[in-house]
Amino acid sequence: MSTSNYQVSQADKKFIGLHLLFATASLFVGSLFGPLQALEHSGLDLYPYLKPIFKSYYQGLTIHGVLNALVWTTFFITGFLTLVVIYGLQRDLRYPKLNRVGFWVMVVGLVTTAVPILLDEASVLYTFYPPLKAHWAFYAGLTLVVVGSWIEGYGFYFTFAEWRKENPGVRSPLMALMAVITMAMWQIATLGVAVEILTMLLPWSLGLIEGTDPQLARTYFWFTGHPLVYFWLLPAYISWYAMLPKQVGGKLFSDSLARTAFWLFFLLSVPLGFHHQFVDPGVPAGWKFLHAMLTYSVFIPSMLTAFTVIASLERAAKKTHGGKGLLGWIRVLPWGDPSVSAQLLAGILFFFGGVGGLTNASYNVNLVLHNTSWVPGHFHLTVASAVTLSFWGISYWLIPYLTGKELKHKKLATWTNWIWFVGMIIFSNAMHVVGLLGAPRRTPLGLAPYIPEEWSGHLLRVGIGGSIMFVAGVLYFIVVVRTAWAKKYEPADVEIPVAESVHDPQQTPEWLDKWVPWLIATIALIIIAYGPQLVDQIANISLNSPGGKFW
Amino acid sequence: MSETKTSMNIDPYERNWIIISIVLAVVFAIIIAVAGFAYGIQVPSPEQRVDPRTVASEGPWADPGLRELAPGKYDAYILAQTWAFLPREMTVPVGSEVTFYITSKDVQHGFKLQDTNLNVQVVPGQVSKLTITFDQPGDYDYICTEYCGAAHAVMFGTLHVEE
Repeated sequence: MSTSNYQVSQADKKFIGLHLLFATASLFVGSLFGPLQALEHSGLDLYPYLKPIFKSYYQGLTIHGVLNALVWTTFFITGFLTLVVIYGLQRDLRYPKLNRVGFWVMVVGLVTTAVPILLDEASVLYTFYPPLKAHWAFYAGLTLVVVGSWIEGYGFYFTFAEWRKENPGVRSPLMALMAVITMAMWQIATLGVAVEILTMLLPWSLGLIEGTDPQLARTYFWFTGHPLVYFWLLPAYISWYAMLPKQVGGKLFSDSLARTAFWLFFLLSVPLGFHHQFVDPGVPAGWKFLHAMLTYSVFIPSMLTAFTVIASLERAAKKTHGGKGLLGWIRVLPWGDPSVSAQLLAGILFFFGGVGGLTNASYNVNLVLHNTSWVPGHFHLTVASAVTLSFWGISYWLIPYLTGKELKHKKLATWTNWIWFVGMIIFSNAMHVVGLLGAPRRTPLGLAPYIPEEWSGHLLRVGIGGSIMFVAGVLYFIVVVRTAWAKKYEPADVEIPVAESVHDPQQTPEWLDKWVPWLIATIALIIIAYGPQLVDQIANISLNSPGGKFW
Repeated sequence: MSETKTSMNIDPYERNWIIISIVLAVVFAIIIAVAGFAYGIQVPSPEQRVDPRTVASEGPWADPGLRELAPGKYDAYILAQTWAFLPREMTVPVGSEVTFYITSKDVQHGFKLQDTNLNVQVVPGQVSKLTITFDQPGDYDYICTEYCGAAHAVMFGTLHVEE
């Protein structure tokens, strides 16, 4: 796999680039609202000055959540995975038009969602819990974004299946397999939110049914909601496993355990959604406990990932760069490469994200932190650090690869990573602390009458950290825009980093390259973990919550 | 295609790491199981269903507040609505055991009693029930922790625990 004759066509490069264009633009707009929320917590509420355009903190928070957590991720991921699939398999898409259709369906969905949000007709935040009622176009648009991503996923499956036919007996290339696993997991997971929108929210917002069943809606939503996190995370893992080792001059430490980890994520991502509903009144405690246990089992592939990725880095540092010592090798890694430093810093922040995630998942411990600012503190370490910072790192080689233009401002890009890292540590630590003290999430705390004076120091740190992150966000935008639209054309000689494995992948056991047993096991586990509760909640459905627009 | 001998190729360090990871996960599981089932630190379970359209006008939430069942033993019926909890204030003597029954007549809310482990989602159509004993006197705010519309940030009440 190391030497490649396959050339990604200009048309495909352009197609992938379009994904990044929408992703980056969404990230930029969404990120404008980050500091507004953070500064509000520190007592500086700028929303009144935006009143003619943006009506409230919650409208801003909705834009921030939808664009950053849903749109930036989905567009970046579908674009990046397109490249991973075709370059991994060393062949073109089987049905390139199908993937184009998927992409444009996503774009139509994005616009359809954006209009009601911008008109303050959908200030329901990115979890859109009924019976807060958004304009129907909001739900329809989100559905189209998901359906578009499905269609792109179908394109991957056809391509992968065709490769299989052409290459009998050969282990599938690791990164392509990982990409297809990610998409297949996404497809299963999004069934929850698809059912929620199509059977409840869309007919209700159109006036066809009078009310909703908010408890059932939460169960549907979290069927999708937690695996959504893995849909964001797994593409970053693809880079950490299959690309980063090459970028630091080494090899992947273990092909077989990399595959094992991905299959375990496939198996375990979905059947644990009740850990977001530990304090819901309508779900029996026993089922919550089962999902807590299943959530703990995801600890295992996470720990496998930690070991394999760090072992790959250490091996490279010691073999290639002469690094020494228990931790001394960390210093000799190529920190000057902004793509590498972004991913290393992402990994460090994710350690804390993982610890916090395990805490969230701990059943009764959740009583202390459910819906406190601990939770956004946590997921800024996952989606806004492990994921976003890794995607930044990927984009530092991907944009030059796609455009043929050298990355501009390499030093500034390195600084950008570090500024984000420092801002995130300050911000997320303060959010965790003030959450443990009892601050609710999704609340303009500057207006809340019950906030004691003693929290003001922490809330100030929220504002400071958020502002530092905003500076990094602007710098990132400058780097990528200046690169993509550079006038002077400096042909970049950029290769897609593909890490070889220490052992020949052909040695990897065949059961790690077979879909059927894993698919059966996954569906069986979902039926065991969700089936009885879904049957019970659907059988007892009461669509008697009319709700409305309360903002 | 020549047959290659297959192997997981697991490094001894990695094998130990996996074993430690599994042991850790099992230990965590035991700790929360003991806390939950032996010490009774529990999450809510389904209590009853109500009709959110009528819950404010008929049944116990039409007259929200405390019911004294026995000396030091109370039920607290709390109605969440945009953007207040009813009642806004309650008073119980220190040492009281209070069982909360909370529901909403409009949208989702959250009910978190500050400085305690009492924290539940409040979902229209459902009743959130948790029990707690107050050993310390003081004023405990109950705050709304779920976004419920424009004035969500000011939605709270206070429980006074008196000597």
